[in-house]
Amino acid sequence: MIAIKNLKVNLGDFLLQDISLDIKQGEYFIILGPTGAGKTVLLEAIAGLYPVLEGEVWIDGNEITDLSPEKRGIGIVYQDQALFPHLPVEENIAFGLKMRKRPKDEIKSKTDAIAEVMGILHLLKRSPATLSGGEKQKVALARALVAEPKVLLLDEPLSALDPETRERMQGELREMHRKVMVTIIHVTHDFEEAITLGHRVAVLNDGCIAQIGTPEEFLRQPSSEFVARFALSRNIFSGRVVLIEDGCALIDVGGTKLRATTETKGEVRLSIRPEDILISRELLQSTARNCFQGVISDIADRGSIIYITVTLPPDFICIITRQAFDELELRNGGKVWITFKASVIRVF
Amino acid sequence: MTKMSAWKKPDSMSLVFILLGALILLFIFAPPLKTIFSSSPGTLWNTLLEEDVYSSIILTLFAALIATLIGLFLGVPLAYLLARRQFRGKRFVEAIIDVPIVIPHSAAGVALLFVFGSNFLCGKFFHSIGIGFFGAFAGVVIAMMFVSVPFLIDSAKEGFKAVDVRLEKVARTLGASVWKSFFRISLPLAWRSIFSGSVLMWARGLSEFGAIVIIAYSASFFGWNTKVLPILVADRFDFGLDYTRPVAALAILISLIAFIVLRSIAYRGEKA
Repeated sequence: MIAIKNLKVNLGDFLLQDISLDIKQGEYFIILGPTGAGKTVLLEAIAGLYPVLEGEVWIDGNEITDLSPEKRGIGIVYQDQALFPHLPVEENIAFGLKMRKRPKDEIKSKTDAIAEVMGILHLLKRSPATLSGGEKQKVALARALVAEPKVLLLDEPLSALDPETRERMQGELREMHRKVMVTIIHVTHDFEEAITLGHRVAVLNDGCIAQIGTPEEFLRQPSSEFVARFALSRNIFSGRVVLIEDGCALIDVGGTKLRATTETKGEVRLSIRPEDILISRELLQSTARNCFQGVISDIADRGSIIYITVTLPPDFICIITRQAFDELELRNGGKVWITFKASVIRVF
Repeated sequence: MTKMSAWKKPDSMSLVFILLGALILLFIFAPPLKTIFSSSPGTLWNTLLEEDVYSSIILTLFAALIATLIGLFLGVPLAYLLARRQFRGKRFVEAIIDVPIVIPHSAAGVALLFVFGSNFLCGKFFHSIGIGFFGAFAGVVIAMMFVSVPFLIDSAKEGFKAVDVRLEKVARTLGASVWKSFFRISLPLAWRSIFSGSVLMWARGLSEFGAIVIIAYSASFFGWNTKVLPILVADRFDFGLDYTRPVAALAILISLIAFIVLRSIAYRGEKA
C-alpha cells in the first residue's frame, strides 16, 4: 500500500498542496487532470525525483519521503518512454537488474521472462530507435517491471500513441496489471482512459485533489462543475430553484422547468450526462419526470455514436447509437422528445 | 516516367550565395594548401628529421594532449552542472568560461604568469611540489589550456543539454546512483559532443602562440630544449620565408591530418 500524506510541491507558478492519497496494494489508481495541472511533477515527487516542501510518502508502512529514488522501489514510465537510446532493448530491460548487481543468469532469465509477458522477445536485440510507439511502450513497461517495483508510476503512457495503438495498449495494460498485480499510479488527461483502466480515480484541479472515487462515482456524482466537465457531462447549465416539494426541486433553466432530486435552494449549477437522456419521436410513457419537446439543432457524427443537440432552450446534448439514429430517422430541424429522470440531474 | 532527381536550376539568390561562399572557402583553404604544396616531399621529410623540428612537433602534440586531458577532467563536471542546474550567477559563470576567447593571448600569458609565476600563490604551491611553469613544459600546457578550454566546456555543455533529463530520472528509479546515472547514461550520450569539443580544444592548443611565447618561449622536454611549432615557425621566419616554409607546411599538414582523423571519429555514423 502507498500512502501520500498532505504533500506540498512547488511548481514555480503554483503549488500542489494537500495531496493525500491511500492506494491499496495491487490497485490501478488514476490521477486525472488537465495539461499543466502538475501531474508529472506529482509522480516525480512520489518517486523522489522532485523535491517536496511538506508532507510524507509511505510504502508498506515505511516512510520513504527522504529516501533517494534508487532506494524507493518505485518504477516510472514516461509518456515518450525515455528508452536509453545507446542501449539495445535487452540492455534497456536489464538495466535495473544490472544496477542492483544481480547475477548474470538471473538477469538473463528475468529479462527473457518479462519480455515474454510483454510479447517483445523478438525485439531484444533491436535498437530503441527502430521500434514503433507501441513497442517502445512495452519495452519501457518491461524495463520498469523487471526491477519488481512496489509501485509503478505511469506518466501519460498512452497519449503519444495513435488512437488504434492506444486502444490496443489499454487492453494490454489491463492484461499486464492482471498478470503482475503491481500497484499502479497512472496519470492522464483523458477521462475515457481513466474510467477504462482505473479502479479509482483522483481528479487534480488548481493544485488540489478535487475528487477521489470510482469511475461510477465520477459519472454519477461529480462533486463539482469542474469534475463534471472533466467527466464529459456535456449538459452543464445555470438555473434557479423555484420550488422544493417532497425532496424534489423545480429548477428554471432558461425558461424550461426541470425536476431534480435536490434540497439545494437559490441559484444553482447542474449537470446531466448525455447518455442519461432518452431521445424519441413520440412522447414516451415512462416514470421519468422530465419530458420535453425540442428541435434538433445539430447532429455530430462520431462514427459508432452520434451526438444530437436538442434545443428547447437550453441546448441539450444527447448520445445515441448509429442504429438508433437510423431507426429514428433524425434530421436537423426535426421535432423530438427528450426524457430523463430527476435523479440523473446533479446539482452543485 | 518521372525523373527521380531532376536538376533544378538555382535561383539568382542561390547563385550569388554560392559565389560568395566559394570565395570565403577559397580564402580559408588556399593559403594552407599553397604552403603545403610549395615544399617538395623530400624537403618536408628532411625538415622533419631535424631535431629542433621533430622535438617541437612532439612537444606541441603532447602538450596539447595533456592540456586537453586536464580540461576534460576539470571542464566536463562544470559543463554538466551548467547544463543541468539552475543557480544564481549562472550567466556570470558562463561568461567567465568564455573570457579566454576574447582577451589578447599575449596578455593571457602575462596574466598566467601572475598566478603561476614562482613568486605568486599558485606558482609557489606548484614550485613546492617540483612543478615550475616559466620556461617549462607545464607552462606550455597551462597556456594551451587557458586559451582552448572554453571550446571543450561549451561543447560538452551543449552535449549534456541535449540528453533528455528523464533518461537520468528513469535510471535513478531503476537503482542507479547519481554517479552511475552520470557514467552509464549522461556521459555516453553526451560523448560525441565532449569528444568533438576535445578535438577543438586540442586543435586550438596546437596553434597557440601568444600566451606560450610569454610563459614558455622554449621549454625543457625529454632532454630537448625546444619550442612549440607556432614559435618555431615564427623564429625561422626571422631567417627568411624559404627557411620557414617547410616547417609551416609540416605544422599545417600535421594539424590538418590530426584534425580530420579526430573529427571523422567524432562524427562517425552521423548523417551530415
